[in-house]
Amino acid sequence: MWRFLIPAGLFVALLAFFFASLDRDKETLPSPLIGKPAPTFELPALGDPARKVASSQFAGKPYVLNVWGTWCVGCRQEHEVLLEIARRTQVPIVGLNWKDDSAAAQRWLQELGNPYSVVAADEEGRAAIDWGVYGAPETFLVDARGTVIFKHIAPMTLEVWERDFVPLLAKAGVQP
Amino acid sequence: MIIELGHFALILAFCLTLPQMFFGFAGAALRRERWMAVTTRAVAGQFVFTALSFGCLAYAFFKNDFSVLYVAQNSNSELPTFYRFAAVWGAHEGSLLLWMLVLSAWTLAVSALSNNMPRVVTSRVLAVMGVISAGFALFILMTSSPFERLWPAAVDGRDLNPLLQDPALAIHPPMLYIGYVGFSVPFAFAVAAMLEGKRDAVWARWVLPWTTLAWLFLTLGIALGSWWAYYELGWGGWWFWDSVENASFMPWLIGTALIHSLAATEKRGVFKSWTLLLSITAFALALLGTFLVRSGVIESVHAFASDPGRGLFILIFLTLCVGAALGLYAWRAPLFKSNAGFAVVSRESFLLLNNVLLVAATGLILLGTLYPLFLDALKLGKISVGPPYFAVAFLIPMLPMVLLLAPGMHANWKKAAFGRKARLLAVLAVVAVVGGVGLYWMTFGLHSVLASAGVAAALWVGLSALIEPVQRLRKGHSLSASVLGMAVAHFGLAVFILGATTVESYKVETDLSLAPGQTAQHAGYQFTMNGLRNVAGPNYDAVESEVTISRDGKTVAVLHPQKRTYRVQTSPMTEAGIDVRWDRDLFVAMGEPLGNGAWSLRLQYKPLIRFIWLGALLIALGGVIAVSDRRYRQRATARVGDAVPGVPGTPGHSAAVAKTAGVS
Repeated sequence: MWRFLIPAGLFVALLAFFFASLDRDKETLPSPLIGKPAPTFELPALGDPARKVASSQFAGKPYVLNVWGTWCVGCRQEHEVLLEIARRTQVPIVGLNWKDDSAAAQRWLQELGNPYSVVAADEEGRAAIDWGVYGAPETFLVDARGTVIFKHIAPMTLEVWERDFVPLLAKAGVQP
Repeated sequence: MIIELGHFALILAFCLTLPQMFFGFAGAALRRERWMAVTTRAVAGQFVFTALSFGCLAYAFFKNDFSVLYVAQNSNSELPTFYRFAAVWGAHEGSLLLWMLVLSAWTLAVSALSNNMPRVVTSRVLAVMGVISAGFALFILMTSSPFERLWPAAVDGRDLNPLLQDPALAIHPPMLYIGYVGFSVPFAFAVAAMLEGKRDAVWARWVLPWTTLAWLFLTLGIALGSWWAYYELGWGGWWFWDSVENASFMPWLIGTALIHSLAATEKRGVFKSWTLLLSITAFALALLGTFLVRSGVIESVHAFASDPGRGLFILIFLTLCVGAALGLYAWRAPLFKSNAGFAVVSRESFLLLNNVLLVAATGLILLGTLYPLFLDALKLGKISVGPPYFAVAFLIPMLPMVLLLAPGMHANWKKAAFGRKARLLAVLAVVAVVGGVGLYWMTFGLHSVLASAGVAAALWVGLSALIEPVQRLRKGHSLSASVLGMAVAHFGLAVFILGATTVESYKVETDLSLAPGQTAQHAGYQFTMNGLRNVAGPNYDAVESEVTISRDGKTVAVLHPQKRTYRVQTSPMTEAGIDVRWDRDLFVAMGEPLGNGAWSLRLQYKPLIRFIWLGALLIALGGVIAVSDRRYRQRATARVGDAVPGVPGTPGHSAAVAKTAGVS
């Protein structure tokens, strides 16, 4: 009675496709920015509007750009990780404080610690639009020539840092 | 503290599934009454702890405990209390807990209402459901716990997805889940029967009410989702063939096929192995739906929580559960031979065709839903399959089905002799064709092939559904709940067909720009925008416009559509203004501001759109009536005559069947 095996056979074929499609990498959503020059910005520094943070200041060396806000639960989740990364690496982490209340953001950094070498306040979200941000947290890696070479969506983890960021930095010849 | 209690309760619920499985299977295999009694207790305990766990999470939402990560992600202190409760299932983790709660409630119901069944059968059924409970409890505990703490606690939460802040959508997931999960009952019964290797003649009678119950909840859930999409998404459509909608529609189609095949198995003992296969398929599709929604392998507006790790877990679980059931089927199905024959023209044949067509429709929808995935897996590029494919693919099997439905309802079992009904059906066919061609020509003065076919089909199905109840009542015969339920459900289908085809043929839609004081003509109505104002809701700000609709100088309605911006998630939402009358809707939704006070507005005229959901409600009502049929409860007394209680297939059983079958 082979015909009773037909449903099981169809099911196995279906499963094979599902397992194959699970392997597709979902986390690294292609960003049109990758391989392109990083968008330029000039924004007031968090807590000190007179001082400007401009993309031109980072020319010639790689940097990490992290988009965050105090309203974002995922950012709180990744904050410990950012502090740890800041301890491990020489590469500056630039914070882009997105659509946030300046006082709350400063309090957050005082209470939780500050992993950023500098924080730009993007109150109106203009720079975030240029960077194609559609949710916080997002973390970009920009190389010495000012090209975006990686983008991570969702909270940072040490695993992502070691797996994706460190090899790219090493390939660019930078001490991670 | 409370949230840790909830976590612990869920662990206990998982632990209780272990005795539920072991004593259920082993007790039935070894025929140990006391072991089987343990299963019943484990089921009760499992329900209590799952409910406690769910209650703890709900309490955390109620108390705005933002030290719980899941609460902080899905609630906000400004969120109204009702939505704080609905937010429990507002995202992945909580909706799985709801899944689990619904499953343990179904299990408890089966355990409590099964005293008309042999203990061995109940025991195995509960054990199979225990396997499913164990899988889902593990899934929650290992990959998706809603009980994680957030430290330090968030000051306020990220708020519930604004799309979900709506009464219909708040109760849509529970309805859908009751339906989805309910298909685990026929699945468990099928596995139990295959484990036994033979099946009671009354098996179908035990399964039919459970299947109908699950199916009617699924009907309501799908209808609610469709209604919500209509007024909340701002497009004015009622069905989008979105992959998540398909995921709920496929089990519904198979469930419909299962109900019909069970009816044939119950009355005539035919299609036995086919019914088993459908029981497995319905639940497999429900699990597949969960996999598709939760794993993110298919992009969809609904996929708000996708994670490959979770997808892998569900896929492995699906493999084990359904794989085992299908393997068992391949091994045991040859034992389930149908012992009754039937003529080519008989109700059995019509039901067989019904099943073939429903399964074909499901297959075509499954193909369309998964086709992009296949292509991608085979590296043939990325494509998306849209509504044009589904509309055609679905209509092809449905047209013959609707055509055959009327004679099928009136065919006799075994060998059909339509007799006087043949003339009646011929008259109905003429009425349907004349009505289909004539009716809309008179009312709308326009002609549309789809609408004519729709009216003809609706008249054909609707009128023929009424024949039997009317005839029986006129002759003073009693009308059983089953017959009445069937008539109501089929009549509901006719109402649905009428609504769906009319609205698709005669809807009038336009997008235009209106500034305060301006008037637009649309579908014979004048739409005047009176003005705009800002409105503050509890957790959103909105721009509201006032639109007066008039016809021939008389005011028909004043609508207040809104464009809302939810404060926390800063996403814009459309709140359409709708004037409802039984025969049409007037729909106004706000688009974008165009400067100088002008807005783009979407104006729609939707004739008979209410019939779509009215039809779905009638279909579900038919299910309610059918479930209430007395014969499902009669068995409790008939069992007294059992020769050997607890052992299936004894002479006492078949005698009882013959008796009740003769009565109906």
